[in-house]
Amino acid sequence: MGAPDLLAFAGAVAAGDIEVVDLTHTLSPDFPTIVMPPELGQCAPFRMEEVSRYDERGSAWYWNNISMGEHTGTHFDAPVHWISGKDLANNSVDTIPAANFIAPAAVIDISRQSAANADYELTVADVTAWEKQHGRIPPRSWVLLRTDWSKKIGRDYVNMREDGQHTPGPCPEVVRFLVEERDLHGLGTETIGTDAGQAFHFNPPYPAHYYMHGKGRYGLQCLANLDLLPPTGAVIVAAPLKIRRGSGSPLRVLALVPRSHA
Amino acid sequence: MTRPLQRPKRKDPLKKTRVPLLPQGVRSRTALGLTAAAAEGRFRLQVCADCAAVIYPPRDACPRCLSARLPFRDVDNRGTLLAETTIRTSTDVYFRERMPWRIGTVQLDAGPSIVAHLHGDLREGERTRLQLKIDKSGQAIAMALPAEDTPNMADDPQWRELTCDPKFRRVLITDGRTAVGQALAEAVSEAGASVIFVGVADPWKPFPGEGRLRKIERVEIVALDLTDTISVNECAGEFAPRVDILINTAEYVRTGGLIDRKGLTVAREELEMRYFGLTRLAQAFGPVLRARGADGVNSAAAFVNLLSVYALVNWPAYGAFSATEAACLSAAQSLRAELRQGGVKVLNAFFGPLETEWYQAVPPPKVAPSALARAVVRALQQGLEDVFVGDIAEDIRARLAVDPKALERELGS
Ligand SMILES: [Zn+2]
Repeated sequence: MGAPDLLAFAGAVAAGDIEVVDLTHTLSPDFPTIVMPPELGQCAPFRMEEVSRYDERGSAWYWNNISMGEHTGTHFDAPVHWISGKDLANNSVDTIPAANFIAPAAVIDISRQSAANADYELTVADVTAWEKQHGRIPPRSWVLLRTDWSKKIGRDYVNMREDGQHTPGPCPEVVRFLVEERDLHGLGTETIGTDAGQAFHFNPPYPAHYYMHGKGRYGLQCLANLDLLPPTGAVIVAAPLKIRRGSGSPLRVLALVPRSHA
Repeated sequence: MTRPLQRPKRKDPLKKTRVPLLPQGVRSRTALGLTAAAAEGRFRLQVCADCAAVIYPPRDACPRCLSARLPFRDVDNRGTLLAETTIRTSTDVYFRERMPWRIGTVQLDAGPSIVAHLHGDLREGERTRLQLKIDKSGQAIAMALPAEDTPNMADDPQWRELTCDPKFRRVLITDGRTAVGQALAEAVSEAGASVIFVGVADPWKPFPGEGRLRKIERVEIVALDLTDTISVNECAGEFAPRVDILINTAEYVRTGGLIDRKGLTVAREELEMRYFGLTRLAQAFGPVLRARGADGVNSAAAFVNLLSVYALVNWPAYGAFSATEAACLSAAQSLRAELRQGGVKVLNAFFGPLETEWYQAVPPPKVAPSALARAVVRALQQGLEDVFVGDIAEDIRARLAVDPKALERELGS
């Protein structure tokens, strides 16, 4: 076999035979960030300060200074983000091999269950049922959890109550199963966090963070447009900023989706 | 009897907004003792330390005994209005717009006679209470009031020119998530504000007291995040021309000094909310406030800062917090000079620990949010520049006047 034909690939993108689906929310100051108890450290929201706008501060140019946390908006979690991944090799965004930023996706739809129950937990049974229909999840695949949560806004999106956040996510067993039995590349969700809103009360707490990052796997959070992806066949391009010893970063997440023109 | 103030009609959009003019008048450096008294609503005159003569106008030597020891002291403010004059023409552009204007000579029981502005309910020969007030230009002047309160007294036009009464004014409370913000919304509503815009950041985050806040009469919730320049600018873009009194209720209270805090995350949040928040408000709302200082009954009147009294001297238990409050105080002083050009006052309200969650471990006395809110409204109704609310604030202020170094050491031990 000869070298792959990237020109053909580019041509397919240009022709729309490969559709590029943007899975990213717009970075804006009012997009919710994760909320920790107020006495703990907080992730900074996105902020933008105008440097100049064709004015006395810079007559012919417009630009801004921006600030945010590594885990603000649609963002990537590196293994070093969690204590279980702190001693792994290549565990920060600057050292992760660049090839790992491109991987196929298996999209599991639990939007119906999540609509009925905000605390819905993805189970091993859900995954095996999905596999009966779509085949075994290939190794080093992103598993993207479609909940349609990204269509909610404001209070409904965060769904904060007196006992904390209520958003769907994986149960501890399914994370272990995906990492150990399916060689998961990483987990992507539409909610703030790869874990369920109530995952602090799971055993272990925040199992997605704990098991995935402990095995050097990645996370994608606050994704959008997962409903535009097929269950299989999409390829995800997700390259975080190269921040020295960074634990994650906001990024543009793209899905390449082949379209058949009947 | 004072004619009750009528709720101002909506403004004729074809009418030019009048440029705020300021009364003329230069006082000597010594006379700034009157300004200091007026700023806090005290009636203080020079009292000779050698012969006890009460002196007015302020001088550098006692006219009776030539002593140079002439400290300002609290003096009995009662007297009699000897003579009154109604000014009907003036070359002064400020007074020309406000004719007729009544002034008179008050004989104080304590000794001197003083030329004062006259409340409409006061007549020649009557007993009076004299008050020192800060006029639109920041100068101290004397205002003579009836000996007893009269109906609608605060609506007198000459009096209202000297105060920042919330009645029929439109108020912005910048942070409605706090207990103090909610208490203030209630207090200015009771004081007759015509609308109370209450800023709420992160509307996706529920907060205690929200239901009650929304039920307060004439409260309108607006999106406002003081840590976000874009949000402050957008809020000002929509509402600044309708804000006559801005009350900044942003708070950020955390314990600890410089060493005990690990890193700058908390310090940055604190500065974002407090110092930069104040700066954002000043930049976004300041220009419109300053341009509307003479815009009729509901002219722009005041910018209110709520400051910990530890802005004046550091309390190491809340050391980094105190430093941020000090930065806000300094900024407020600059803002005061900047807004004075438009005849808009800056009111700084100082208080000790509050009866709120972030002061949970601090023993009483603490200031209830409702008490702070009432004190702020009273200070606006009186047109003050500085008010000290509660025992701790007053105590700190008194000790600071005696020996700042001793106070610094005491707070740090
Ligand atoms: Zn004397």
